[in-house]
Amino acid sequence: MKEFRYMGKDIPRPDAADKASGKAHYIHDLERPGMLYGKIKFSDHPHARIKHIDTSKAERLVGVKTVITGYNTPEIRIGFLRDNFAVKRDKVRQYRDEIAAVAASDPDIAAEAVELIEVEYEPLPGVFSPKEAMKKGVPLVHEIGPDGKPKTDNLVPLVYHHESGDMDTGKREAKFMAEGEYSTPRVQQCCMGTAGCIAEFDTNNNLTLWAKTQIPFLAQRDFNRALREMGLQGKNTRIIIPTLGGGFGTGLDTHAYEYIAILLAHQTGRPVKVLYTRDEEFAYLSPRQSSQTKIIQGCDEEGRLSFRHVEVLQDNGAYTSWGATYPTVMMMPATSLYRVSNICFDAKLIYTNNTYCQAMRGYGNPEHTWALESNMDKLAEEAGIDPYEFRLINCNEPGDTTPMGLKISTCGLRDCIENVAKKLDWKKKRGKGKFRGVGMASLIHVGGGARIYRSDASGLILKLDDFGNVNVYHGGVEMGQGLHSVLTLGVAEALGIRPEKVFINPTDTGTCPWDVGTHASRGAFMACNAAIIAADKLRKEIFEYAEELFPKEVEKNLNKYVKKNPDYKPPDFNVEKEAKQDRFELCDGFIFIKDAPQESWLRLELGRLLRAIHFRSQGQMLTTEVFYDPHNELPDFDKGYGNISATYAYGTQGAEVEVDIETGQVKILRMVAAHDVGKVLNPLALKGQIYGALAQGVGYALYENLESQEGKILNPNFRDYKIPRVSEMTFPIDLEFIETDDSLGPFGAKGVAEPGLVPTAPAIANAIYDAVGIRIHELPITPQKLLAELKKLGKTKK
Amino acid sequence: MKTEISFFLNGSKVIVPVDGHHCLIDILRGPLGLTGTNEGCREGECGACTVIVDGLAVNSCLYPALEAEGKNITTIEGLQGPGNELSLIQQAFVDNGAIQCGFCTPGMIMSAKALLDSNPDPSEEDILEALLGNLCRCTGYVQIVDAVKQAADKLKDKS
Repeated sequence: MKEFRYMGKDIPRPDAADKASGKAHYIHDLERPGMLYGKIKFSDHPHARIKHIDTSKAERLVGVKTVITGYNTPEIRIGFLRDNFAVKRDKVRQYRDEIAAVAASDPDIAAEAVELIEVEYEPLPGVFSPKEAMKKGVPLVHEIGPDGKPKTDNLVPLVYHHESGDMDTGKREAKFMAEGEYSTPRVQQCCMGTAGCIAEFDTNNNLTLWAKTQIPFLAQRDFNRALREMGLQGKNTRIIIPTLGGGFGTGLDTHAYEYIAILLAHQTGRPVKVLYTRDEEFAYLSPRQSSQTKIIQGCDEEGRLSFRHVEVLQDNGAYTSWGATYPTVMMMPATSLYRVSNICFDAKLIYTNNTYCQAMRGYGNPEHTWALESNMDKLAEEAGIDPYEFRLINCNEPGDTTPMGLKISTCGLRDCIENVAKKLDWKKKRGKGKFRGVGMASLIHVGGGARIYRSDASGLILKLDDFGNVNVYHGGVEMGQGLHSVLTLGVAEALGIRPEKVFINPTDTGTCPWDVGTHASRGAFMACNAAIIAADKLRKEIFEYAEELFPKEVEKNLNKYVKKNPDYKPPDFNVEKEAKQDRFELCDGFIFIKDAPQESWLRLELGRLLRAIHFRSQGQMLTTEVFYDPHNELPDFDKGYGNISATYAYGTQGAEVEVDIETGQVKILRMVAAHDVGKVLNPLALKGQIYGALAQGVGYALYENLESQEGKILNPNFRDYKIPRVSEMTFPIDLEFIETDDSLGPFGAKGVAEPGLVPTAPAIANAIYDAVGIRIHELPITPQKLLAELKKLGKTKK
Repeated sequence: MKTEISFFLNGSKVIVPVDGHHCLIDILRGPLGLTGTNEGCREGECGACTVIVDGLAVNSCLYPALEAEGKNITTIEGLQGPGNELSLIQQAFVDNGAIQCGFCTPGMIMSAKALLDSNPDPSEEDILEALLGNLCRCTGYVQIVDAVKQAADKLKDKS
């Protein structure tokens, strides 16, 4: 593998010092002159007709500047299917429906005013589970579909289906079969920094929005459409991203609260900030969807998978976000995790009067891998094969094209599985009982972008200044994951300057080129590939100028040197003759001629050359732009076919657990996370991504559950919604990074942001099964559920 | 009805008018303009707002502002030396990759500082106990605990 100067080294992230000293500015910290504070009145019912809204008391409160409802503002349709509305009229379909909003001079006044808004409802019966909502004659969440036609059922009009091979043949070939139904709960992303934005119009009615988004350019499109719906034809939105206190998928949609801030700002002519409190974040921001997955798989005598049949049912909630495209990702493990040729996959999303859901890290993959990898262990047991061996028998290999058409260029899955087994001491520990057990689970995820939109591109501008610094303008979003960390190193490495000379500018649709969004673990892959192409272009330009200017500048160096060292005899080296474009090198910010004598005067600081290019007649400043669109395809989702990503990330996680049979508590003794990352770009950042994702996976496995009753969120706070604390993450974690050096990856790397949480829950569940012979099919695996099963088996002492 | 209170903030005396219902975080982030102390939950569950009052780590979102009268209060802004030099603990967080989105970081660092100020040779259990009230969703805590251990070692070497 190629030796790198900065890649692969433990270099701290560029924003770390500011974050460690309280100087990073989140949306919470930003203020604009004359800014007002917006607050939203949410519904008091999960399903009801709005009969009357009385805002008069709120309007009379001193300090209130405006109160908006669906009746005094234009209708703005939002969401992936545009089945949602910024402010609701006529009907509410979930507790979090926005009925009205206030802008006031102070947040306390805004909160008080919202309490004064009186709404008269006609409650309607609701539907609160997908199975119930699919029955005939139940209440309809939407009477009219997004296409304007009357609806007769609660089915979300999206089709996700894949069939390949022949199911009958697959079943005939199967000597062993395993069937199961597995479910996952709604979970909250729990960004430590809650959601919020500031909307501000200039006098020409163009909008600037400081937003907590992961999709600045798609958001610009959405908001520009809203401006049109507000009668502001041809007006533009500029989106500026402040420091983000986490993202985890919450920024993949535009949200009603943002449109409300826009409406309030437009009505008042003042900047308006809307900032969610923690309980609002829990109750009124979309969580990860719950899912129910029926799966049946079979294998032949030797353990080779012969078929896989999957049916997914998802609770969409009342409206449709981008999260409704989870099945596009679920299809990937369903068709392409392990070798299997006869496949049927089908997913349905159902409207209910529950909170509507959205994206979260992994995007359907943790849900699906939970079902698939739990069931793989069950099938292995049916076939009498060790689950570790069973996975090796069915392992994907480089060069495979999977039934979905995924082209597997590099694949480190076998290494990942073997590493996990070795680190867990699998052979010694598996099946030994005594309430201790080991288990493993694997994953496939997109690692080279993911074309789920008509463009999967990412633009990047490199602007050199007179001092040898490079200013980077990139449309991707740093939300904590370390995008700017790897982009800094990528630019430094590819251009040949020191990382401290690289300055990443804030993401701003007004200054940065287009990028589809920071999702699907694509940030580092896209940004660094764009940086490599841009740096190559710049280096070429620099070396072209150097042909003419380098000899003149180093001659000045030489003259200075000779003045100081009169006895110096320069080596016999004809600079002018040797100074050819293809002979130059740029490293650590110095230009020199390859194989030239190692004399200090023959090295030219980049800033010097740039000034020489700039300050002369017909001078130039060097800036370059690239628009990198990866080698992947927009799949046909009706057929479930297409090479969605340029490369794929594999991984395996293993767990060793101990079950307390008196309490049902699961204690994790050790975890191993082996991931095919292509190439380690920044070990510090990579470890942080995997440790952090794995912790989210532990929460998903053992306790996280956003509970609701008849649509009402029951645990909207950190007291009742438990996420891992430091005391829960004390077990040893072995990280194993498998470097497969992908030819399409920047410096060989693949995306890594999501894989770390994908197989965690099934790895833990499989270890629990090994420990006590109990398989819980419904996440999270709480002590209550385990204890109930232990009692059934008579395994407790009582 | 506002009452004027005075206290020592990062080593300097300040006088601020406060309302009876204000918590310490309100006056830090409001009139005093110190936005490094973050509000994550406003109910003392996440620890993002941790500051040090007379040597103890407290959740400034629950601490009544009136109680600050006469106290010695340190916030994240009080840790750096001249010329923006990071303190040992801050530097250890930077060097160990203990920071991702950074929203919890000032609170984590203040909890770590309160621990190391009172216990320069903490055991792993001491560190876990000190950080128990600070939530982080990004890092999985591993590198945060490493950072505190490293800071403790460096502080010991220094003394």
